[in-house]
Amino acid sequence: MVDTNLTILVIDENPVRSAILEDGLREAGYTNVVRLDTTQELLRRVFAIDPDVILIDLANPSRDVLEQMFQVSRTVKRPVAMFVDQSDTAMIEASVDAGVSAYIVDGLRKERVKPILDMTVSRFNAFDRLARELEAARTELAERKVIERAKGILMKNRGIAEEEAYALLRKTAMNEKKKLVEIAQSVVTAAQLLG
Amino acid sequence: MPNTGLEREAAAALIGGGPTAGDRLRVGFIPLVDCAPLLVAHERGFAAAEGLDLDLVRETSWANIRDRIVLGHFDAAHMLAPMTIAANLALGHLKAPVVTPFVLNLGGNAVAVSTAVHTRMREGGGAVSLADPAATGAALARAIRAGAARGEAPLTLAMVYPFSGQNYELRHWLAAAGVDPDRDVRLVVVPPPFMVDALTAGQVDGFCVGAPWPSLSVDAGVGCLVATKSAILPKSPEKVVGVRESWAERHPDRLARLVRALDRAAAWCDDPANHEDLAAILARPGYLGVPAEIVMRSLSGLLRTEQGGAAVHAPDYIIFHRGGANRPEAAHALWLATQMLRWGQAADPDAAYAAARRSFRADLYDAALGRGAAEPVTGLTPFDGLRFDAADPAAYLAALPRPPGPAAAPGDD
Repeated sequence: MVDTNLTILVIDENPVRSAILEDGLREAGYTNVVRLDTTQELLRRVFAIDPDVILIDLANPSRDVLEQMFQVSRTVKRPVAMFVDQSDTAMIEASVDAGVSAYIVDGLRKERVKPILDMTVSRFNAFDRLARELEAARTELAERKVIERAKGILMKNRGIAEEEAYALLRKTAMNEKKKLVEIAQSVVTAAQLLG
Repeated sequence: MPNTGLEREAAAALIGGGPTAGDRLRVGFIPLVDCAPLLVAHERGFAAAEGLDLDLVRETSWANIRDRIVLGHFDAAHMLAPMTIAANLALGHLKAPVVTPFVLNLGGNAVAVSTAVHTRMREGGGAVSLADPAATGAALARAIRAGAARGEAPLTLAMVYPFSGQNYELRHWLAAAGVDPDRDVRLVVVPPPFMVDALTAGQVDGFCVGAPWPSLSVDAGVGCLVATKSAILPKSPEKVVGVRESWAERHPDRLARLVRALDRAAAWCDDPANHEDLAAILARPGYLGVPAEIVMRSLSGLLRTEQGGAAVHAPDYIIFHRGGANRPEAAHALWLATQMLRWGQAADPDAAYAAARRSFRADLYDAALGRGAAEPVTGLTPFDGLRFDAADPAAYLAALPRPPGPAAAPGDD
């Protein structure tokens, strides 16, 4: 049973991640999702949007701006309470580990918010995994390029064939107890130094 | 990327060779000059000498620091002094008692205003001087009243967190000049790293924040320093080390060793002979990532109040150790509690005073160091001369100037 009438605000400076989260929430039937990827004039915008649930990326210093909503002042229409009580430790742990925090309007029942937070945590975690895989792929590609360049340098300077150049790199790496890419990088660096 | 700390732990385990895991403390900090004793305890070996290995984790918000201390992600953390009291009052957040056995510094904050506001403060012969908060406050109050008379929008002033020295200093200073901080100006929260940008973009007209940000605004040519915490509230605590009360009870030995390491680190930080080295440590990209020269200004108290201006000496601008600065005095905590009551953050005086006493644990400090107070601290005297006597907080609260109009209803959240 999903509350399609809840307004959910996602504050995340990573537009890709917040888009992934919004898709997930919409698929689950939450149609009122608003995304903010900038934190300028944050409080004013939050009051204008008047959300029931706010999700914010923990790496965003503007989390402290939201803390002001707990303070009584003439600009606050209704207090927002963090989704926290003593029994929620596992839920808070999961969200902190995923890198997200939630604020909800005062009086909103926990069970209405739980599916939203579950969805957020799983999407943030999935995004994190993707980002790591992408980073690993990028690193691998960069490493391959360095090895190609090192082979080229050896082939040209020593007049040897490609397989031989590769075997030389590998043998040096084994002898030096270093990674192949480290040896390749030192070859490239040395070549640059020697012009 | 959320920093779950798993990579750090794995890396530390791989490198190994340090103290055993049992002596490893994860410590959260916000990149500000006043986290110095924590960094120095680690960098200069004071922690290692006590058999501790500090795993320092840079955080992005005070809210994260609070949550991660309460959840047990951090054993100890760099905290705003009033945060510990707010945690014990369970003001709308995680309910977990937090205590401080050690005050990291006194002073260190400054109020900066935009160059435009600065010009207006000087109009009509207004005296603007770091040495005279009363006259400078009066000059700001005149500028605020003149703006209101012209029908302009009220000035927007920023601080870093609702439960912060910055919030109370700014409010106290404004109220003493006859400005109602809840009506005559807009007070907003802006995270320290965004302060200079907010001032540049005209989103705020001024702010109260810890070093190095005020000086960075001066060098950017957008801000002018007009007041310091050290002059508004002489010798009052700014940041503390917070630990969970349950952690303090479970690990008395580790806590005592942490206090001893910090005591030596704070003494090192206070010695002018070490300031250049300290500025270099703080300036590192992994810590503050700002020019060492800017950090040096707050350490020496030789401040530039406006771009290209001559250096002005602000005595005791930041104190790390001398005069018993690190002892968590109940009197100081009680003053903070009066401000929570004064500005409607807390409603029940008895609960607020009890939370204050529970937060600042001079007994833990004394036990660790085997010494008591150099001289008893019985209160605090802000620049307005109205002395706070810790023996009678209610009398002090009653004597404070009340802004006109209805007081804000206290939040019960």
